[in-house]
Amino acid sequence: MTPFKTHTGVIVPFDRPDVDTDTITPAQFLKRIARTGYGDVLFYSLRYGPDGTPNPEFILNKPAYRDGTVLVTGRNFGCGSSREHAAWALQEYGFSVIIAPSFADIFANNAAQIGLLTVALPEARVRQMLDMAAAREGYQVTVDLENQTVTDALGHRDTFEVDVFKKYCLLNGLDAIGLTLRHETEIARFEAARASWMPRVIGEGQ
Amino acid sequence: MGARTLVDKIWDAHVVWRRDGEPDLLYVDLHLVHEVTSPQAFEGLRLHGRRVRRPDLTFATVDHNVPTWSRSLPVTDPVSKTQIDALERNCRESGIRLEGLLSQRQGIVHIIGPELGLTLPGLLVVCGDSHTATHGALGALAFGIGTTEVEHVLATQILPQRRPKTMEIRVEGALPLGTTPKDLILGIIRRIGVGGGIGHIVEYTGSTIRGLSMDGRLTVCNMTIEGGARAGLISPDETTFAYIEGRPFAPRGEEWERALAYWRTLPTDAGAAYDRRVELDASTLEPFVTWGTNPSQSEPVTGRVPDPASHADPQARAALERALAYMALRPGTPIQEIAIDRVFIGSCTNSRLEDLRAAARVVAGRKVSPKVRAMVVPGSQQVKMAAEREGLDRIFVGAGFEWREAGCSMCLGMNPDILGPGERSASTSNRNFEGRQGPGGRTHLVSPPMAAAAAIAGHFVDIREWRV
Repeated sequence: MTPFKTHTGVIVPFDRPDVDTDTITPAQFLKRIARTGYGDVLFYSLRYGPDGTPNPEFILNKPAYRDGTVLVTGRNFGCGSSREHAAWALQEYGFSVIIAPSFADIFANNAAQIGLLTVALPEARVRQMLDMAAAREGYQVTVDLENQTVTDALGHRDTFEVDVFKKYCLLNGLDAIGLTLRHETEIARFEAARASWMPRVIGEGQ
Repeated sequence: MGARTLVDKIWDAHVVWRRDGEPDLLYVDLHLVHEVTSPQAFEGLRLHGRRVRRPDLTFATVDHNVPTWSRSLPVTDPVSKTQIDALERNCRESGIRLEGLLSQRQGIVHIIGPELGLTLPGLLVVCGDSHTATHGALGALAFGIGTTEVEHVLATQILPQRRPKTMEIRVEGALPLGTTPKDLILGIIRRIGVGGGIGHIVEYTGSTIRGLSMDGRLTVCNMTIEGGARAGLISPDETTFAYIEGRPFAPRGEEWERALAYWRTLPTDAGAAYDRRVELDASTLEPFVTWGTNPSQSEPVTGRVPDPASHADPQARAALERALAYMALRPGTPIQEIAIDRVFIGSCTNSRLEDLRAAARVVAGRKVSPKVRAMVVPGSQQVKMAAEREGLDRIFVGAGFEWREAGCSMCLGMNPDILGPGERSASTSNRNFEGRQGPGGRTHLVSPPMAAAAAIAGHFVDIREWRV
């Protein structure tokens, strides 16, 4: 995972609550076995018309937001399916940070796994950011993970909460599997003590 | 130790390592794998030179993208075929048991785990699928994970997790006539909202829950994620034990006695505290129909499509207007006047034997409306065979339904069973998101009897008036 320290970028305001992962990456694109190639299909049904041409009304297709790298959106972002493809698509498209009042649990986990930062801010503050970004071109923020701050070009500064361990992993770009494997002794000890009635997927069953 | 909840007990029994400031390392007893969220995880293992630690605790099937037409026909979509082949290869190379397309035990992963006796009380179960919550119905702590976490569990059998808060959802009273466990969970989501359970694990309690069959409990726990919580559990009881006993992978003999003795210690202790509590009176439930684009947007079948103008908050109004525009519905339209094109009876929510029986009772002796194309997709090949032994297939086919092979099918539109643009369905599945059942498709979530009745009438009807 690439370390995340700070990021400065233009806000893309996507003003709707409860954006589900089917909307972020529709199921027809989940048949692929690769981990890449999802940036082009991000928000597919909103971003393209039925004939496959870009929908000029959709926020990602508006020239002012083409280079945006910070997505600001409504509460419960990433709800629904556990597909990590949603986080892959957002990152591959070019987003480094997602700011919303709240995130679906599985989506937030998936994002953290790949170094895509999710920042929860109070609903009223997110509303201001959405309105600011809609009203003025090139509205930028700087997100500083070490200091847990979001600062805009006008000098407005918010602080945000982040799990200390998640912060440590993101700042250092750590491989979570590698961290767990350091506990081989504890894992083996736990395994040896597991109850004998627990199922093992061997044989045909009875 | 003081009074503990079911979740506390299972969590504490699975902590391999714990340190302040870090997530707990939890041991995974059962890892369920399917074709869609696993290929990149296996690829990750290969890139790092890692192996599957416990193939004997890992179980795979194909369900999401498989065609539901005859199993004697080939998988014609080359991209789906590649994904199915990749799972077969990955399982073969890692020594993982796979119930493939031709297996009599193939089916939707959340149907076959309980059905085969793999899902048991007190286990920690994970799967790269958000509906893993289903398995909580047996008193297992089960939740959906992403692909990187799938890779983590394959490599280590460990899932690092922060302990979520707990939420009790207590439901008291008898389910009113004409309502089903599906209406119960739609009623709960209507109450707490689609984000209401974020950061929580739910335990369902109360006389209504206790009175549900195991198939009904599986339906309720299945849609826990639609309320935002990753896991939803029910304390195991005699209904649970009777369901499990004798299933293929369930413990037997002395092991059964040992397991049973442990399972009886699992239910939440009297006086145990939850972080949050919600209470619901079952007598307030009605047959619900969703009208919008998330599962909390439902009305009783006797109701009308709501009016965005009644919302003072501009954001709420805008969200409602967008939902109605996508669904092509006018405010104030009686739900029963909404005409449908397709009916889908299936999915990990409602494709078990009891669901099919309930739908068949409605269908028996009637005909599907000529304007409707209706299909039944059993959740597993075992469910399909059991239904056929009872003659349910003949009832459905006789009425004009298509009777298919097992899979996720039209629930998520990854196989050939999809809605066309603008088509409207009555569906027993779990999500009515925009495009969920196919680009441009419009989904109304209902119970199996309500879907069956809609297929006959060509529009939604109040099942309570049909006296079935």
